[in-house]
Amino acid sequence: MKVKLLYFASLRERFGTAEEILELPGEQSRVAMLVDVLRQRGAPWSELLSVDYPYRVAVNQELAGLISPLKDGDEVAIFPPVTGG
Amino acid sequence: MKIIVQEHDFDVGQELAAVAAGDLGVGGLASFVGRVRAGDAGHDVASMTLEHYPAMTQKVLEALVAEAAQRWQVRDATVIHRVGRLAAGEQIVLVAVASAHRGDAFAACEFIMDILKTRAPFWKKEQTPAGESWVEARGSDDVAVERWQPIE
Repeated sequence: MKVKLLYFASLRERFGTAEEILELPGEQSRVAMLVDVLRQRGAPWSELLSVDYPYRVAVNQELAGLISPLKDGDEVAIFPPVTGG
Repeated sequence: MKIIVQEHDFDVGQELAAVAAGDLGVGGLASFVGRVRAGDAGHDVASMTLEHYPAMTQKVLEALVAEAAQRWQVRDATVIHRVGRLAAGEQIVLVAVASAHRGDAFAACEFIMDILKTRAPFWKKEQTPAGESWVEARGSDDVAVERWQPIE
């Protein structure tokens, strides 16, 4: 299955990309699995997507958690805590 | 309801006049305008660049206004949030709520601002004499959100 990944703000800059398509094993997955795949790339992914660093995940524009399910074609955004207003 | 994210500035007078215009049941209009603060001593902020996640921003802001309307009597509301590069002193955000009575208007306006700051996907980058840096989220914003208990 494939998901579309979007990165924003400091994560976009540190990862050096705003979006990518990521292939995940199987027909269904979870946010935790996707984060693991990204961490396996090493730094800066492993550093910034760790428990030491607060990041947020949204699936199809809704805030999600690590156990949230993923399916083919989902849009997954990863970003730092928001600072608007 | 009017919910807009835009780069250009807004005219507060014009926007407030348009909220619930012609609705004679409105007895109070509460509003909040956020501006770019020039920073604190030793930390001069010349400007800020605001980035957002367009598809999600619209959904979150709409849900926020709908939630306010469930909690209080809201006859109309306007939320305008700017993005792009803004100089110190410029307006960033406007929240305006019209209700029959002031209590509902004040509460709904404050609620929308508090939740917007922790849920709407906007990010600020500051430009200072020392360079650029992303603004970090404040713990005090989470505390502000905790004041608003979920509806039973």
